Amino acid sequence: MIFPMQRREVIAVAASMAALALLAGLPLADDGFWLALAITIASYVAMATAWALFSGPTNYVSLATAAFFGSGAYVVSALAETAPWPVVLVAAAVVGALLALATGLATLRLSGMYFVIFSFGLAELIRQLVTYYQTQFTGSVGRYIFVTISAAEIYWQLLGLCAIGLFAGWAINRSRLGFALRVIGDDETVAAHSGIDTARAKVLLFSISGALIALVGAVMAPRFTYIEPQIAYNPMVSFQVVIMALLGGAKRLWGPLVGVIPFVLLYEWIAGRFPNHTHLLLGLVFLLVVYFVPQGVSGWLEKAWRKLQGKSA
Amino acid sequence: MSDTAILSISGLSKAFGGLLAVNQISFDVHQGEIVGLLGPNGSGKTTLLNMVSGALPPTQGRVRLRGRELTGLPPHQIARAGVSRSFQLVRVLPSLTALENVMVGAVFGPDAVWGAEAEAIARALLERVGLSGRERQRPEAMTYIDQKRIELARALAADPQVLLLDEWLAGLNPTELQTGIALIESLHAEGRSILMVEHVMDAIRSLCDRCVVMNAGAKLAEGTPEQVLSNHDVIAAYLGDENA
Repeated sequence: MIFPMQRREVIAVAASMAALALLAGLPLADDGFWLALAITIASYVAMATAWALFSGPTNYVSLATAAFFGSGAYVVSALAETAPWPVVLVAAAVVGALLALATGLATLRLSGMYFVIFSFGLAELIRQLVTYYQTQFTGSVGRYIFVTISAAEIYWQLLGLCAIGLFAGWAINRSRLGFALRVIGDDETVAAHSGIDTARAKVLLFSISGALIALVGAVMAPRFTYIEPQIAYNPMVSFQVVIMALLGGAKRLWGPLVGVIPFVLLYEWIAGRFPNHTHLLLGLVFLLVVYFVPQGVSGWLEKAWRKLQGKSA
Repeated sequence: MSDTAILSISGLSKAFGGLLAVNQISFDVHQGEIVGLLGPNGSGKTTLLNMVSGALPPTQGRVRLRGRELTGLPPHQIARAGVSRSFQLVRVLPSLTALENVMVGAVFGPDAVWGAEAEAIARALLERVGLSGRERQRPEAMTYIDQKRIELARALAADPQVLLLDEWLAGLNPTELQTGIALIESLHAEGRSILMVEHVMDAIRSLCDRCVVMNAGAKLAEGTPEQVLSNHDVIAAYLGDENA
């Protein structure tokens, strides 16, 4: 079962390390279009993985991703000129975690659809609050971000966040917390009556997930150069992360990974070919995904793999 | 007698708005005893059980486990204190294997075991309830009684001081019922203290040391199964006055 590290796991860890090292070499080969595409993919892999840490096992669909992402970006705009970069990153992670903690405590009693709506409302609320604050106290809604950081450095930091997200997911899956979350996802009443502090487990994981997403927002902020609430707290980010994670399959650690890559490529293609109908076509894609690949690409791949093994055996 | 009480319920009431679902119920469960909780449908048995397990906060009254106050605690704390339960409509965890389902009780129960130890406990209990060799199956592929077995094994995995069974024997066919009764009898033999809501009269007669009968939220009678089942008020509550 879940306890001693199995040979398969050792192979998976080794393969991931090798893949990461290989991917880290990309900026040496190209620093134009492909690096930009890789940054987009890496940022969404990190966010979708972080999202699935919480939403995968618990089945709580969060639309608050933009709230964490945007807050991370705003921490950069507030601190980047005065504090060293590592301090900025830590601050972003703390802000993300605290925001998740507050949200979690406020939504403990919500589940299902209510949580979805609340999390979406939260992101919008924070966007409006930031807008209000800026118009009242700073005089302008937007902020420039001047951080001297190269695209390659952003890319490497995002790869690091992907690795942290995957490692965290792997470690949590093996822990009591991960086991508790699977029970919560199946039946919260049974979880509570078996001795699981369901509120604590959910808030803890939501905070880890929120901190990671805020970090992605912080790392991506210098790419924007100029941020305003509409950009930083773009609700499309929340929706896209959900679609990508579901496309990949949120129940498996590597699910979001295989969801993000085809989605980003498809998005780039649709946005390039049909710039006026991008969202319409994306919506259509989402419907098709839910209808034809309900278990996500990862579930579909696993099924195909089992079939293949069954034939050869 | 009260000094051997494991679970003691005193003056417990629950009001839903104007409806008094449970009205001033008091009784004890002693070490190694099976107490049956009887009564017509809607008499408040499950509500009482829900207050003991923490699913519902009582409006009034107290629940104590070996003198420790459980009143008003959330369900996870009551579970960790040593009270496990099954549910009226069987509740298994569909995405977990049978073994993992049972491990849940051990991992998050009072002893908080983990790893190989939890697995060993779960394996032993699956064997105990007659499901050995099916550790890796998922409960959704199992029959109703097998799902109930898993639920019982999960509750036992916590090694509870008090086991609450909510109509655990309901919905079983006659053969399964005999198996089920034998299983609970074996728990009795090893000294488990059990509070069970039950309708199946054969089971009540053969298993319960004592019975508490409820009607319309209030305690109607208490005593051995023979005493309460021949009690005039109890017969009237079940069958109507003219039959009593």
